[in-house]
Amino acid sequence: MTRYQTPAALPATWLVAEREIRMRVRSKAFLISTGILMLVVLASVILPSVLGGGDSKPTVAAVGSAIAAVQQADAFEVTEAASVDEAEQLVRSEDVDAAVVPGDGATGLTVIGFDEAPSDVVVALSVSPAVQLLETPTHNPGLVYIVAIGFGLVFFMSALTFGSTIAQSVVEEKQTRIVEILMSTVPVRVLLAGKIVGNSLLAFGQIVVIAVLAGVGMLATGQDILLADVGPSIVWFAVFFAAGFVLLAALFAASAALVSRQEDVASVTSPVTMLVMLPYFLVIFFNDNPTVLAIMSYVPFSAPVGMPMRVFLGTAEWWEPLVSLAILLVSTVIVVAIGSRVYANGLLRMGARVKLGDALVKQS
Amino acid sequence: MLELTSINRSFGARRVLHDVSFTVKRGRMTGFVGGNGAGKTTTMRVILGVLAPESGTVTLDGEPLTASARTSFGYMPEERGLYPKMPVAEQITYLGRLHGMSTEEAKKSTYSLLERLGLGERTTDTVESLSLGNQQRAQIAAALVHDPEVLVLDEPFSGLDPIAVEVVLNVLKDFAAKGAPVLFSSHQLDIVERLCDDLVVIADGEIRASGSREGIRAAHGSPRYELQHSGDVGWLRDESGVTVLDFAGGYALFEVDDEPIAQRVLQRAIADGRVERFGPKLPTLSQIFTEVIQ
Repeated sequence: MTRYQTPAALPATWLVAEREIRMRVRSKAFLISTGILMLVVLASVILPSVLGGGDSKPTVAAVGSAIAAVQQADAFEVTEAASVDEAEQLVRSEDVDAAVVPGDGATGLTVIGFDEAPSDVVVALSVSPAVQLLETPTHNPGLVYIVAIGFGLVFFMSALTFGSTIAQSVVEEKQTRIVEILMSTVPVRVLLAGKIVGNSLLAFGQIVVIAVLAGVGMLATGQDILLADVGPSIVWFAVFFAAGFVLLAALFAASAALVSRQEDVASVTSPVTMLVMLPYFLVIFFNDNPTVLAIMSYVPFSAPVGMPMRVFLGTAEWWEPLVSLAILLVSTVIVVAIGSRVYANGLLRMGARVKLGDALVKQS
Repeated sequence: MLELTSINRSFGARRVLHDVSFTVKRGRMTGFVGGNGAGKTTTMRVILGVLAPESGTVTLDGEPLTASARTSFGYMPEERGLYPKMPVAEQITYLGRLHGMSTEEAKKSTYSLLERLGLGERTTDTVESLSLGNQQRAQIAAALVHDPEVLVLDEPFSGLDPIAVEVVLNVLKDFAAKGAPVLFSSHQLDIVERLCDDLVVIADGEIRASGSREGIRAAHGSPRYELQHSGDVGWLRDESGVTVLDFAGGYALFEVDDEPIAQRVLQRAIADGRVERFGPKLPTLSQIFTEVIQ
C-alpha cells in the first residue's frame, strides 16, 4: 500500500484547470462557436476596407445648361439627358442618384431626387461658408461606434460563454455528486481556483487570438493607421479582461453552487448575466458621453470595456488605467473571497435552491 | 484502526448524530447498518472530512485526521457520481492524480482495476454510455484507484448482480487483507451478514450496537436452542425455565432462562430417544436489527 502525498495546492489547481480546458476544447459546440466568433471579428475588420474601397461619386443626370454646372463641380458621374422628362425617368429607374436641371433661384439649378433629398448632390452644388475648427477631431464618430461595439460585444460574448461554462461545470459536479469525491480529495478552494483558472485561461486565450486576428487583419488590408490608433486600447482591453473575468468567474461559480440542477442554472446566474450585459449596452448608448464613460471606466464590472474605450478616445490620463486596474484587482480579490465561501457552503446542499444569505453565513 | 469518538452534528435544529463512537479495525470488513435517515451518510461524510462535526474526533491509529492523511482514504459516496461525458479510464486516472499519483502510476492502477472489475473492454467509453451496474463498478474503481489505506463505502453493493457482488467483494477483501480498515454500509442485511467481520448498528443518530458479528449476535436476544428429536418433545412445555417458541412433533425452538437449563433439556432428550440435532440458534442480523433499533 503506497501512501501518496496530496499534491500541493498549485499542482492540484492546475490538474483541475487542465481538466476544465481539456473537456472544453474537446466539445464540438465550443469549437464551432469560437470559429464563428473569429470569422465575425475578421470580417468586421476586413470587409469595410474591401467593400468601401471604391469611393464612387454620386451619379446624376443633367439637362441643358445644368450640364456645364455639374461638370464644373467635378463631383459626379454625369449622364447627359435630352429633356427634363428623360432625366426624371432615369431617376425613377434608379439609373442615377439624382437629376440636375435648369431652374430658378441663386444657383439657377433644380435637383430632382427620387423619394428623399439627395443631400450629397445638394451639398456639392451649394456654396458653403468657410469653416474653421478650433480643435481637430481625432476620431470619426462611425469608427468610435464600431470600436465601442467591438469591445462591448467581445467582452459580453466571451464573459458570457465562459461564465456559463463555469456555472454548468459547477452544477454538473453537484448534480452528479462527484463533488463529494472531489471534496474528500482536494480542498474546496483548490476546486474553485482550478475552475476559475482553467476557464479564465480559455477566455483570455480567446481574447488574445481575437486581438491578434484583428491586428493582423488591419495590417493585411493596409489599415496601419487604424491599428496604431486602436492598438493600445486593445492591449488594455486584454489586460482588463483578464482581471475582470476572474471576478465574473467567481460570481458565476458561487451563484451556480446554490442550485443542484442544470435547469436552474440560467435563473440563478441571471443577476450575473445582467452585470455582464450592462457594460455592453452602456458603451453602445453612451460612447459619446464622457461622464458615463468616466464612471464606467472605474466601476469594476464595466471597467474592462469603459477604460479601453477612453484610452482609445484619448480622454484618459496615462495613470487612469493603472488606478482603475488597481480598483479592479482589489474588488476581484474581495469577490473571490466571498464567492469561495458561498461556493463551499453551497456545494453539499442538494435539492432546493440555497438562499444566498444562508450560504454566506452558515458553516457547512 | 479508525476510531470515531463522541461525534455530534446537527443540521439546523435537527440533531443528526448524537455522541457517535465506534471503531473500524484494520484488516476487518466492518458493516454499517441503519435505516433511512439514521445518520450513516452523515457519519461517513464526517469521516472523510467533507462535513465538519460540531464536536468529537476521528483518529487513525490514534492520530487525529488531517487533510493529507485523508488523501489515502478511498470513498464511495451514497449518491453515485462521475463525470457523465468523460471516458471511464480518463476520469479515474484524473482522480488518481488528484490523490497525488503520477500520471503513469494512475494509469497503471486504473487499467488493472478496471480489468479486475470486468470493465477492461469499456475503458474509452463515456460513463453515461455504461449500464447502471457498470457505472457502479466504475464508481468502485474511482474509490480504489489510489490504493487507499482506509476504505469508506456507502452502499457499495446496491444495484449489482450476484456475480458482480462477488467480484467487488473479492476486491474489497484484498484491501482488508492488506491491512486496510474497510467500512461499508448496506441495507441489504443478508449481504452484510455474510460479508462483514464487525458490525455497527446506527438508529436515530445513535450507535445502538457495535462489535464483532458473533459478539453482537450472542449479546442480543436471549439464547435460543433448536432440538430435533426422534420422538415427540411435547414435554418441553412443562419444563421450568423453558419458553417454547416453535413446536412441530419432534422439532422445537425454545428459549431458556440460563444455560444449565439447556443442558438439562439435552440430557432428558438423550434419555428419551435419539437426538438428531441440538444446538444454540443465533438470531439473524435482521432480528437483531429490528430489536436494537426499537
